[in-house]
Amino acid sequence: MTITEDPTTDTDTGVIGSRLLRKEDPVLLTGEAVFTNDMLVPGALHMAVLRSPYARAKILAIDTTAAAAMAGVRAVYTGADLADLWAAPMPCAWPVTEDMLNPPHHPIAIDTANYVGDGVAVVLADSDAIAHDAIEAIDVTYDPLEAVTDLEDALSDRALVHPELGTNSSYTWNLLVEENDGAVQQAFDDAAYTVSERYVQQRLIPMAMEPRAVVAVPQPFGGDLTLYTSTQIPHILKVMIAVTLGVAEHQLRVVAPAVGGGFGAKLDVYAEELLCVALARKHGGPVRWNETRSENSVASIQGRGQIQHVELAADSGGKLTAVRVRLTADMGAYLQLLTPGIPILGAFLYAGVYDLPKAYDFSCTGVFTTLTPTDAYRGAGRPEATYAIERSMDALAREVGVDPLELRRRNFIQPEQFPYEACTGLVYDSGDHDKAATIAADLIDYDDVRGRQTTQNVEGSTKRLGLGVSTYFEMCGLAPSRVLASLNYSAGGWEAATVRILPTAKVQVVTGTSPHGQGHETAWSMIVADKLGIDPADVDVLHSDTAIAPLGMDTYGSRSLPVGGVAVGMACDKVIEKAKQIAAHQMEANVDDLEFVDGEFRVAGTPARSTPLAAIAFAAFTAHDLPDGLEPNLEAQVTYDPPNFSWPFGTHMCLVEVDTETGDVEVLQYVAVDDCGNRVNPMIVEGQVHGGVIQGLAQALYEGADYDTDGNLRTSTLADYLVPAASDVPSITVGHSVTPSPTNSLGVKGVGEAGTIGSVPAVMNAIVDALSGLGIRDVAMPASPNTVWTAIASAPSTINPGGTE
Amino acid sequence: MRHDVPDAERRGRESSAKHIDDHLGAPVEITVTVNGTAHTHDVEPRTLLVQYIREHVGLTGTNIGCDTSSCGACSLHMNGEAVKSCTVLAVQADGADIRTIEGMADADGTLHPMQQAFMENHGLQCGYCTPGMVMAATSLLDENPNPTEDEVRIGLEGNLCRCTGYHNIVKSVLAAASANA
Repeated sequence: MTITEDPTTDTDTGVIGSRLLRKEDPVLLTGEAVFTNDMLVPGALHMAVLRSPYARAKILAIDTTAAAAMAGVRAVYTGADLADLWAAPMPCAWPVTEDMLNPPHHPIAIDTANYVGDGVAVVLADSDAIAHDAIEAIDVTYDPLEAVTDLEDALSDRALVHPELGTNSSYTWNLLVEENDGAVQQAFDDAAYTVSERYVQQRLIPMAMEPRAVVAVPQPFGGDLTLYTSTQIPHILKVMIAVTLGVAEHQLRVVAPAVGGGFGAKLDVYAEELLCVALARKHGGPVRWNETRSENSVASIQGRGQIQHVELAADSGGKLTAVRVRLTADMGAYLQLLTPGIPILGAFLYAGVYDLPKAYDFSCTGVFTTLTPTDAYRGAGRPEATYAIERSMDALAREVGVDPLELRRRNFIQPEQFPYEACTGLVYDSGDHDKAATIAADLIDYDDVRGRQTTQNVEGSTKRLGLGVSTYFEMCGLAPSRVLASLNYSAGGWEAATVRILPTAKVQVVTGTSPHGQGHETAWSMIVADKLGIDPADVDVLHSDTAIAPLGMDTYGSRSLPVGGVAVGMACDKVIEKAKQIAAHQMEANVDDLEFVDGEFRVAGTPARSTPLAAIAFAAFTAHDLPDGLEPNLEAQVTYDPPNFSWPFGTHMCLVEVDTETGDVEVLQYVAVDDCGNRVNPMIVEGQVHGGVIQGLAQALYEGADYDTDGNLRTSTLADYLVPAASDVPSITVGHSVTPSPTNSLGVKGVGEAGTIGSVPAVMNAIVDALSGLGIRDVAMPASPNTVWTAIASAPSTINPGGTE
Repeated sequence: MRHDVPDAERRGRESSAKHIDDHLGAPVEITVTVNGTAHTHDVEPRTLLVQYIREHVGLTGTNIGCDTSSCGACSLHMNGEAVKSCTVLAVQADGADIRTIEGMADADGTLHPMQQAFMENHGLQCGYCTPGMVMAATSLLDENPNPTEDEVRIGLEGNLCRCTGYHNIVKSVLAAASANA
């Protein structure tokens, strides 16, 4: 293995495009960064939550006497004790259909626990240790009820999770696009080739390295309350707390201190956040809570959890003529903030990067189980969709008898077709799939690998080579507010930015995004530096505190750069426009004759006449000599609602060797070619790709939330749930192309989720490719040695996996 | 089946409060040198070294990422070797010389070469695993100053990172090794 450098570098035209080292790093590298759990809060009571050991149980009685009597315990509450504190149930912001069923969900279960980990009582104590000791002393009498853990069993309504609903189905959401009535069925009837595939997206545990932590600090006499929480969404959370607790929003401040990763799991409104706020108000003092890792596995959301039925129809040349998708999506026991919408985010991507006529039939049913609720996990619906189409395309290639890459090329939307109106009605901004695929094929030496396979994968070979291809489009940059409205999403998709040039020409940027590892402080500084002609070191980026950055829609869905970063650029333009008026006034020139170059205003054609921005900044501050009617100070605020999603794309290829005697899969090479338009900081972009690829590879090879039939999570610790270590994964060869987005002024697209979207099918296609000579068409995820070995052992081919025939 | 368990659990819990009191034991005085400064505190015998460093000494750069000694976020140096400070009781560190992430950079603000290598190679994103990763990586190079990529990967297998996919962490450690050479 070798660490491979990016084979290409961006042209250096300014700060944008350079590999500027991150501003965020020194505090994180020295222990100076303050994560929520690091905060010293005098007088805080520590909360611990007693959680149900049953997947479903009636709570018959709770005896808190012994716990309450323990030294250092200040209060013990059951769900019934706190029922009056909730002005509304916990919020679900995405009622995907008018008739979606959404059972009331409270921060502490009131009479029934509905999953292992559902809170049933809380303790407030003088220390974390005492609080945890005390929850052990609470005596709950449960009447255990039948668990509902299997998705298809749940769909049958044999046993109901919420009997009062009369069904386990929360909703069915349909998207049928046909040129004319019956077009989909007609396409299948007329098809030269069809494939019908069933895939299981196992539940995943996001496992950000920092578990959640919450500190609520009230100011009883001032009336305000500050919530510090390890979240991706301080702004959304503020609104939701106001609604759920009936707290006046203007008296709430939400701060996300240093946040140790999110991956979607901190894109939520959690019971413990509401409990800390409510109990801090009730007690008139700070209340804090730290999640343990074992709690995190059951009490934070999980991701994926789908059964996918995908059918493709193709003509004699292998060109797609119709796609039909039937999804069953695991909601878990309750609908969290975005739970029902996650599979719907994928609904627009089941035709992948392919030119599909108007013959698309998608339907998704969201189903309740007695398991931890699901919600967004890196990619959120889009990796699942890409997995399904990319695995199916390999299946179709086998049917047609052509190379999988060739089949994809026959179906690619061509560069001249952009902007491309997809059959779903969404418009893909730009793309060049053949270019990305060609770069990837060159990097992995595609033809050579195919040749090696012919030599190596012969009968009796116990080390079989597999080459997997996946291509993808990612729908990201969430999102145009009107499109969100059409999907019944309860909020907009805009982002806010303020650029403030201080009297000494240093710059403050206020952004509504809320970074937790993505490097916004660095990237936003680079955008501002280029726009204003200043050093990025002279820019400070303020974020993640609703008192400092009151407007924002936060960070998820690969939205921060294409929405928030673009807003920062627009705010710079607006500030320059104002500064230009002051410059024109002071230079006694016509505004239209001024140009802004390298940080100074110049009279076009007379470069000797110039005034630096710094001078204008000070003039705007003193306000001694401004044009009539112009307000003092240099500051501009922009709220940007994007006209479209952004559509990054790419091709990933994975080369594996499968040991048929042990079932072990070794990844020999991984190539990721991603096109996210213009790259502000290629170093950060590549870091996002690396991490995303390995997270996807982890779904393919290692991870899965493993529940028994009683609904107990058997993988609730990092000893059982296999987040890969450095020794488990390969280095990654990263390539890229640049196809700017025409829909925003920076020409950028998102990149946070791309790696996760491209990698899962690339790895699994490689494994199936390695084993296809044995008649194997599918291997379940995670493709552990045991799973792979079992697939080989039960393969139609006569091979003996033990190798002792 | 789990359904048989509750009676047993209930019986167990009746006496659990007393059980805990009986087993906590009296506080024990320990003296630990942390980043060159001696600290003396009374601690409960069950206190973990990571809790001691964070809550008694007040250095919060050492992070807690799990409860099974799996993630390595709490790695620090004890008597010159990297340990997961959640697997050591504070009382076991009595008399020990501890170095945490706060003790890595020079007083003048110059980063330790390993910190510098992580910065230059984008070996961190959210930064939560980073203190532990830096401490483990430094210890790795103490033992093996010129490792191969495979040796770095195997040497760091006790430290989990969710952001970087390890690519740039491995690159950082290799870069720190070459800078040392």
